Amino acid sequence: MRKFDKDRLLLGLAGPVLALAVAFVLTSVVLLASDRDPIEPFRLMFDAASFSDVQVLIINQTGTYYLAALAVAVGFRMNLFNIGVDGQYRLAAMVAALIGAAVELPGPLHIALIVIVAMLVGAFWAGIAGILKTTRGVSEVVSTIMLNAIATSLIAWLILPSNFGEQPPGSNDLTTGDIPESGWFPALEVTGGEIYGFTFVAFALGFVYWFVLNRTRFGFDLRATGASSTAAQASGVDAKKMVLTAMLISGAVAGLAGMPTLLGDTHTYSFNFPVGVGFTGITIALLGRNSPVGIFFAALLVSFLDKTSADLDQHGYEKEIATIMQGLIVIAVVVSYELVRQYGLRRQQRKVGEELAAGHALKTAKEAAK
Amino acid sequence: MRRITRFATVGIASAALALSATACGKTSSDAASDSGEIKAAIAYDIGGRGDQSFNDAAYAGLSKAEKELDVKGTEAEPSDGEADADKVQRLTSLARAGNNPVIGVGFAYAPAIEKVAPKFPDTTFGLIDDSSVQGDNIANLVFNEEEGSYLAGVAAAKVSKSKTVGFIGGVETPLIKKFQAGFEQGVKDTDSSVKVLSQYLTQPPNFDGFVKPDLGKAAAQGQLDKGADVIYAAAGLAGSGAIEAASKADKWAIGVDSDQYNQKGLAAYKDNILTSVTKDVSGAVFNLIKSVKDGDPQSSEIRYGLDKSGVGLAESNPAYTKMTEVTEAVAAAKQNIIDGKIVVKTTP
Repeated sequence: MRKFDKDRLLLGLAGPVLALAVAFVLTSVVLLASDRDPIEPFRLMFDAASFSDVQVLIINQTGTYYLAALAVAVGFRMNLFNIGVDGQYRLAAMVAALIGAAVELPGPLHIALIVIVAMLVGAFWAGIAGILKTTRGVSEVVSTIMLNAIATSLIAWLILPSNFGEQPPGSNDLTTGDIPESGWFPALEVTGGEIYGFTFVAFALGFVYWFVLNRTRFGFDLRATGASSTAAQASGVDAKKMVLTAMLISGAVAGLAGMPTLLGDTHTYSFNFPVGVGFTGITIALLGRNSPVGIFFAALLVSFLDKTSADLDQHGYEKEIATIMQGLIVIAVVVSYELVRQYGLRRQQRKVGEELAAGHALKTAKEAAK
Repeated sequence: MRRITRFATVGIASAALALSATACGKTSSDAASDSGEIKAAIAYDIGGRGDQSFNDAAYAGLSKAEKELDVKGTEAEPSDGEADADKVQRLTSLARAGNNPVIGVGFAYAPAIEKVAPKFPDTTFGLIDDSSVQGDNIANLVFNEEEGSYLAGVAAAKVSKSKTVGFIGGVETPLIKKFQAGFEQGVKDTDSSVKVLSQYLTQPPNFDGFVKPDLGKAAAQGQLDKGADVIYAAAGLAGSGAIEAASKADKWAIGVDSDQYNQKGLAAYKDNILTSVTKDVSGAVFNLIKSVKDGDPQSSEIRYGLDKSGVGLAESNPAYTKMTEVTEAVAAAKQNIIDGKIVVKTTP
């Protein structure tokens, strides 16, 4: 039994490793085709990664991506494609920043309030798509994309100085006001900068995700419904309730994705707040195969590409090289996972076939003994 | 067994990360190089070089400095949707490479410059379009966009026959609202019977309204259909779509930021470009680099208004200069603003 697990682990690793290698080679081909040194950009990127301040950036970004990818992964396990993580994340961060700036509470309470508000707002925004799906059968893909656009407009309206936002004197930016210091999450000081404290919460949440999905009845129901909703229903699971719950959880986790940046760095929501995190989360969840450990390494990889490529243009290379590489990784991942899956399937069939043949032989031997 | 293995993997991975972050004591700021030559750097706003507008104007200032002042220029582009921490990293890496001045193009760099400037007291940081962050080594390069737009409003009200003019803002930010406020006030002060149709293409954080010409074209088409015969688009690259639409309908368009009558990409429509509200970003960038080179770096707020020709109205279209009634009204309004007789609002 244990041997079988090892094989499965090897097969699981083969997918991403194959994808990475292919993406690396293809990126080099692109570089060669555009008359560039095919190796130098990678050397520059690894050089950049040896600096401790870049390492801190990578780790902080990993935390944010990890949360966004977990949010997507919760949906994936349930066969739901939550494309709205980005909108849920932005709206949650914005409203949480507003509430956080409006109140003053003792430290832990203040942080807890901001975090809870963010989760509730994220869950609410995703819940709209969930309700539409369960009551009207609207595809969550369509509704979450539209909700992203609505979130953009809603935020733009809420942040107007005549509503809830403010414009600092002399600035052309709009913010939600500064969160008082009691609402800042303590950071870990290291050489090279600060690792946002919430980054560790993010990684801890990976453990919670694994536990809930694999060690609770709820997690079993969720995976069962994801695998086959009719079969799950036949065994007594309320599939509609599971869809709604999965959307709510996905949205709540998406709401958390803004917390490392909000509580650790900006302490306000403004036009500068990072966008697109939710979409990167989809890439990462795919790459990490929805497993908490896989997602961690995928998030680390994407952050590495993001941060180490930032200086490339100062060395005469386009930083889009990293974007190309990310795109190639996604394509390569899809292809290589399919290849590995088919290989695994064939291998399993062969094994089963062998065992059956062996069993058959045994049976006939027994019969013969009779 | 499997549980332990997985859990251990996570533990080892995070421990290794934490170690690598703490143990590797070298930070990228240590790699500073000192050479005699003057190096200047600009970090672009969303869109980067090639936007035929704001970023390109900054680049024009840098390349002029390269030619005339023998300065070595460096440019750095942002990534889409990046965080403040990434901007901090970019400015830090530019400053540590010995660039002086380091110029952040656009208000988005304000929080980053606030963090980086104190760490490099001998480097001058330029910040365009924002004066909320101040410091001894920070030069805030700001413009009175509303004044230039006021003049555009005067010209638009004068040439409009249908008594309807249009304003198209790229992205609904306070900065673009200054353009709208000035334009609307200029129109109303000149002829209160003229109607202004105002509209924005997108809302932040969707910055498509600065880069997608098709959005500008559709918006301009809508305003033309409503009877507008002068359209002022403050929308960066998206504005070129508005100019195209106005030109096809043989109505007037007013350009923005640089003198768009002279832009190669718009040569086909130039006869319909009445004038442009210029914003001398390139001059401001050049002046800052020059001041650093001369050993007397600019600091605190440097405001460019009509008085210093930091903003203004272009006069390259002969059709416009021939309309003496219009140019006289504009000149009178300009003098009144400089003298303080007219105060232009910054919010609509």
